[in-house]
Amino acid sequence: MAKKDITCTVNGKVRTYSVDVRESLSDMLRGQAGLDSIKHGCDVGECGACTVLIDGKPFNSCIYMAIWAQGKDIVTLEGLSDTKGAISDIQQAFIDEGAVQCGFCTPGFIMASIPIISSETEASREEIRRQISGNLCRCTGYENIVNAIEKTQKKRIAEKKSK
Amino acid sequence: MDIIGTSLKRVDAFDKVTGKAKYTPDLIPPHALVAKVLHSTIANGWVKEFDLSEAWKVEGVVDIVTCFDVPDIQFPTAGHPWSTDPKHQDIADRKLLNARVRCYADDIAAVVAENEIAAEEAVKKIRVTYEEFTPILTMEDAMKEGAISIHEERPNNVVVKSNYEIGSFEESIKEEGLTKVVGDYETPIVSHCHIESANSFAYMESGKIVVVSSTQIPHIVRRVCSQALGLGFGDIRIIKPYIGGGFGNKQDALTEPLNAYLTTRVGGRPVVLAYTREETFACTRTRHAMKFHIESYVRKDGSFAARSIKAYSNQGAYASHAHALVANAVNGFRMMYPVGAIKSEAYTVYTNMATAGAMRAYGIPQIGFALEAHVDDIAKQTGLDPLKLRTQNMMKLGYVDPLTTITCHSTGLDECIQRGEQYLSYTKKRKEYAKQTGPIRKGVGMAIFCYKTGVYPISLETSACRMVLNQDGSLQMQIGATEIGQGADTVFAMMAAQTIGLTVDKIHVVSKQDTDVTPYDTGAYASRQTYVSGMAVKKTAESFRRKLLEFAGFMLKKDPWDLDIKENYIVHTNKNEHLLSVADVAIESCYSLTNSTHIAAEESHHCTDNTYSFGVCYTELEVDIPMCQIKILDIINIHDSGKIINHQTATGQVHGGMSMGLGYGMYEHLKFDPKTGRMLNDNLLDYKLMTAIDTPELHADFVETDDPTGPYGNKSLGEPPTIPVAPAIRNAVLNATGVAINAIPLHPERLFDAFTEAQLI
Repeated sequence: MAKKDITCTVNGKVRTYSVDVRESLSDMLRGQAGLDSIKHGCDVGECGACTVLIDGKPFNSCIYMAIWAQGKDIVTLEGLSDTKGAISDIQQAFIDEGAVQCGFCTPGFIMASIPIISSETEASREEIRRQISGNLCRCTGYENIVNAIEKTQKKRIAEKKSK
Repeated sequence: MDIIGTSLKRVDAFDKVTGKAKYTPDLIPPHALVAKVLHSTIANGWVKEFDLSEAWKVEGVVDIVTCFDVPDIQFPTAGHPWSTDPKHQDIADRKLLNARVRCYADDIAAVVAENEIAAEEAVKKIRVTYEEFTPILTMEDAMKEGAISIHEERPNNVVVKSNYEIGSFEESIKEEGLTKVVGDYETPIVSHCHIESANSFAYMESGKIVVVSSTQIPHIVRRVCSQALGLGFGDIRIIKPYIGGGFGNKQDALTEPLNAYLTTRVGGRPVVLAYTREETFACTRTRHAMKFHIESYVRKDGSFAARSIKAYSNQGAYASHAHALVANAVNGFRMMYPVGAIKSEAYTVYTNMATAGAMRAYGIPQIGFALEAHVDDIAKQTGLDPLKLRTQNMMKLGYVDPLTTITCHSTGLDECIQRGEQYLSYTKKRKEYAKQTGPIRKGVGMAIFCYKTGVYPISLETSACRMVLNQDGSLQMQIGATEIGQGADTVFAMMAAQTIGLTVDKIHVVSKQDTDVTPYDTGAYASRQTYVSGMAVKKTAESFRRKLLEFAGFMLKKDPWDLDIKENYIVHTNKNEHLLSVADVAIESCYSLTNSTHIAAEESHHCTDNTYSFGVCYTELEVDIPMCQIKILDIINIHDSGKIINHQTATGQVHGGMSMGLGYGMYEHLKFDPKTGRMLNDNLLDYKLMTAIDTPELHADFVETDDPTGPYGNKSLGEPPTIPVAPAIRNAVLNATGVAINAIPLHPERLFDAFTEAQLI
């Protein structure tokens, strides 16, 4: 089957991959970049477990063709830790708030929360719930996930104000 | 320092927020072959013939296996501990692939190919000739005289029928002045919806078949695979890494037996058998749909004189956990209100529907809905207070169940009920809301439950644990019990640290189970692990502690009985002065020139007791009658699960269970085409799993009792939070509108029918 070279930025590094033109971005990133935080729960964009950031916006990478990634800036959960392994505030908040249970949906939720916690304006709990409603979790009832996102966005806004 | 009862952060949380936690699909070796199953396109009949000629032409096909090729062995799949008594063994009613088609999408053939696309293409090109019968989708049709037998071993399609009677029902109802209350209640087929689909990969190594699988029950899956293939238990090795949820679906052998067989067909090369989401819905297990007919005879003072129940459980195509579910349900009917005469008749019935199996709380959400709806129906008909009716008739401390001997060793149910009443001002609001008119009305509702802890006395469950000292004074802990998201590894680490006298960071939990290495345990189900496996951890920790102290005594030339371990140091009993660190003991024990020894401990525990946990759900909601919609305004679950080991993870279990209960009560049900028996909403778009925006703020609280039989005073918690939510919602709708709706989910279509019939719209 036809192959094509795709050059994109993955977690801050420019990379070129030779991809099957039928391949999804999630398959490319799991298969060739070893980014196993990307999970497959449905393969058709229903569950959100494969969420990654593409040019800053969350996408279901299972229904995003690998060939569309040409020139894009992609961030996965692995890209949130620094090079020495220190984790980001939102990852720490998921630990602290008990937002993690089986953990299979966790990478997708953390990635879906990045635009919320990066926003200048504070989102209400209702708005947080709306923005993460493309991601499914069967373990937590979402309560502690919303808590983790809410606390992180409040902390970030307070930090910006104090500067 | 007490570690038990704190909110220690999960020991696996860091790996899970960084993507380091490995699940089955993350461990597939490169160049593994891919298997796909051909599922039947009829629900009832026989496969007569295959034409494989076109399928074999697909490039990359390595093997094609049909129902005519597999071993002629029928095996059971249920994740029960095996019974050596043939009468109590699970029903062996399926082969790896089946010529007798018993449900739509039954497994009839499989393709192994070099890649997924080739496997899928080849499956599509297999031509099948069937002999087709009319699908039997309802229990009524299945039990009709002359209905086709779905399994020849059970000609009338009744898998099992059971009865019990406590006292004399017929005598008891002769009493003067009784009010008779009758109700019929119905619960739907729903799906577990763990986010990681059912999947495994299998290969052969060292003469064994190795299956790496997303399972709750590795040791049981090993037994089932050995039975299915006719091999010895030791010929199979199951490895269980992290799993993306199970909720009872993975308390069954799913993809593993067929996958174990497929690798033997291709010379032991690795074969991946990963179900799609659609296959996970249609071809694994579901929650049993049940129907109940309840009759109650109530005295003027509210006490129950006599009750009877008839229960029907739709098993679907294969037995799986079979009658155990509805048996649990009718036992729950008795245990919750163990007063007066009680009579039960229960049926489990084969149909051509998707196979039902274990799902969180194992038949109790079904009976919980029926029974707690019924108690509010009694309250409505008699004018008695729903809280008083419950507290008057419910199980009390010291109750010994006459049929199972399970004893109520501790109960905080009364306090749960009182605390919920105070939280919601239930009684006051219930009276106030009963008088409403207009299109939008508020209501309050509540429901209670009791739930066993583990499965004793049905099985003498065995759990084992191993602890191995490292030279730095830390230890590896291996448990046969499995982490499936509920937080088992974390509470086991807390138990070990507390009992030995170490800090939790010294406990390295080996999360992965490998049946070649890991001590035996039956797995994660029945909310048994903190209770049954927790006792194995405690016993092992005590043994390990004794060995550490013996060596410390040798080093210090003191009697070990005068020594203690506190926060990683050896101290004199009742004193805090550090004599040695555990690390000193550890390194000396390994490298001593006079007395080197490897300190390790392994103990197993079999559970010869059981105990009940309890709880309530209270909710306040708003019903938009013309729009046929319910909005939850407030909801709280209050649980007596004994002593809470970890408050944060316990609260998380309650949230998740409440969410599943809300879905059960308001949204979720699997739909089937009545003509073909095909599942219609086998995906996460059409199956209404709750999203964050559908979920109200969830409140959880605990009434902590100290159960004398639990290793740390603890009782079951994992499953129970799901139980009381749906009936509490139903009872709140009754309070708001006066309409008693006896089936769930309470989705708009059902509310429309009910409100139309009640002439509210």
